[in-house]
Amino acid sequence: MPRRMSADYPPHPAPPVLPPPPLGASLPAERWPSPDELLAIHRSMLRARLVEERIVELYRQNRITGGCYSGIGNEATAVGIAFPMHNEDVLVPTHRDMGAHLVRGHSALEVFRQYFKRASSQTGGKDSGLHLGREGSNIVGMISHLAHMLPVAVGVALAERQKGNPAFVVTTVGDGASSLGDFHESLNFAAVQKLPVLFVIENNQYAYSTPITLQYACERLSDRAKGYGMFGEDVDGTDVVLVVDAARRARERGMRGEGPTLLNAVTMRMRGHSEHDDFKYVPKALFEAWSAYDPLLRLEKRLVEQHLATTADLERWREALGIELDRAVDEAWAEPEPAGAEAARDVYRRWDESWTPPTGAERWGSSS
Amino acid sequence: MSETTYIEAIRLAMIEEMERDQSVFLIGEDIGHFGGAFKATQGLLERFGKERVVDTPIAEALIMGVSVGAAIRGLRPVAEMQFADFVTCGFSQLVENAGTFHYRLKVSVPMVVRLPSGGGVGGGPYHSRNPEAWFCHAPGLKVVAPATAADAHGLLKSAIRDPDPVVFLEQKWLYRREKGVLQSGDDALVPLGKARVAREGRHLTLVTYANGVPMAVEAADRLRAQGIEIEVIDLRSLAPWDHQTVLASVEKTGRLLVLSEATRTGSFASEVAAHVAELGFESLDAPILRVTAPDAPTPSEKNLEAYFRPNTEKLVDAVSVLMRY
Ligand SMILES: Cc1ncc(C[n+]2csc(CCOP(=O)(O)OP(=O)(O)O)c2C)c(N)n1
Ligand SMILES: [Mg+2]
Repeated sequence: MPRRMSADYPPHPAPPVLPPPPLGASLPAERWPSPDELLAIHRSMLRARLVEERIVELYRQNRITGGCYSGIGNEATAVGIAFPMHNEDVLVPTHRDMGAHLVRGHSALEVFRQYFKRASSQTGGKDSGLHLGREGSNIVGMISHLAHMLPVAVGVALAERQKGNPAFVVTTVGDGASSLGDFHESLNFAAVQKLPVLFVIENNQYAYSTPITLQYACERLSDRAKGYGMFGEDVDGTDVVLVVDAARRARERGMRGEGPTLLNAVTMRMRGHSEHDDFKYVPKALFEAWSAYDPLLRLEKRLVEQHLATTADLERWREALGIELDRAVDEAWAEPEPAGAEAARDVYRRWDESWTPPTGAERWGSSS
Repeated sequence: MSETTYIEAIRLAMIEEMERDQSVFLIGEDIGHFGGAFKATQGLLERFGKERVVDTPIAEALIMGVSVGAAIRGLRPVAEMQFADFVTCGFSQLVENAGTFHYRLKVSVPMVVRLPSGGGVGGGPYHSRNPEAWFCHAPGLKVVAPATAADAHGLLKSAIRDPDPVVFLEQKWLYRREKGVLQSGDDALVPLGKARVAREGRHLTLVTYANGVPMAVEAADRLRAQGIEIEVIDLRSLAPWDHQTVLASVEKTGRLLVLSEATRTGSFASEVAAHVAELGFESLDAPILRVTAPDAPTPSEKNLEAYFRPNTEKLVDAVSVLMRY
């Protein structure tokens, strides 16, 4: 149902309809990804898009329950920041970063298990969504509390430096989450300590229903970098070539000991906040303007123009991947659900059963 | 053998664990050259260097979150809150982030947060907090609250070696008043989740922890002269807590009094009382009583604080009520 606005309560000012962002062609030739890299980037972006399209479909079929946040429209940013990372680097992602998860080693099967809350999933059904990241892996599993992973990312960077590891840390945050204190505390300390961290703001114009015009008053969020004493810049977050380049430069800076970088990646959230949300609050003109900047289509156009792929190739790749993903969905779906009694297990790493106070429920026979 | 203060026991525990294990490091405000607001880290920067004694800006959420991040990468951070009260600024990182990693992803978070807690020093509403119940209600966190120098030493060492996040409540009131002989090497370790019987007795079980212990022991010693034998149980750990030792004692004595310096509603004293009411009802000859602070912020002025805090007289009073049954 469209929202009714009384004269006293006009809608929040929407973000300005952006002029076409500058195109990646402005990048000096030596900084362009190689043809092989471009094709690899495309494979990741396509995979992210198709996995998320499956997830949306499964949500509609009620096979996925709970919050369902998609990164459709954010693929260039999520893939672009992860692509230049080295094996020893650590990713601390958030909820629009399917592309980064896939680049850094999570499989589509693992993702579907997690969304189906299967016993075999990384969280065994205890958590859901993109909260993935096993012990010992270089991906840290997010919690829902916004901006809460930024201090953790900084702690990871501090720990790796103490251990003598030359690791770079990449973490993300929304335009909305950039208003929390944890954001400020993290950027400030990372700069004081000159830690090699890339803080990426995925500035997708909205935080749930709140437009950026109600979120901050500075002209660009990257302007904040100066206040913290770090390098900051804006990037067209729908152009993967530019994002990869910005992330590469941030890594070079960090590894040279020049400290953290703040990257304001300007994108658009092309779906509702979560799949229950019809996002009627987004003006049609704004949505349409951004539709022309679909990150996947922009890259595909470029591949064709540069003769790296034909439209027939693109079609073929999409189809083959679709078949693979359908299999992964079926496989994950068929796996068993966790047993109810798992609910109270693994709260601690070290626990002595004698410590568990009886809940009384055992006596009433309600345990499963 | 020479006696060591409670605060020095804490300092020594950190030094010993840092020497034993390279992955242990300290993080907090003013803990470097200055040695911390209570001097718990005095001399440690000079000894271990700035990589392992990390001074931070005033940013409690950051201190907690950085500790989580370092812990999941295999280090063992020991974070200091300047006062327990300021843990509220880092509450969410501790409860939501540190407390859930293992449950969600089986990722171990071996961190310790030291909280200089409690009243009795005229600190007023913002420098006297006993926040243990908040953290006992947060699954995934362990909570310890030593009352003696030996326990402060041994529990902090165990907490640092533990693979889970531990909230370590230390008592400002005990820092320089409480003294004891420390053990060395692994003999010093005090296991988490194990209570200590501070006084044996047949007539009444008095369960307490932290600042409550010296009050309880004083009451027990005073009443012994009148022929009332009180068994004082010092819980030492609150999460996990040693409910078995408490139940066994109540079985013997038939009476339970619980003492906590914290405010009453939803306190850990309430948890002990509820547990014994459910599982030890058959042993009880009298109602369970709690001696706690009233449900108010901690007042600053000395008459007000004296009225507010539990003390030996209040305990003796409560015991006399229970002994009528
Ligand atoms: C601390 C906190 N407050 C509120 C929420 C509920 N919430 C989840 S996502 C969201 C909007 C986030 O917006 P933004 O940071 O811009 O990220 P986006 O979803 O737009 O990518 C809100 C309000 C939350 N998860 N955590
Ligand atoms: Mg947003």
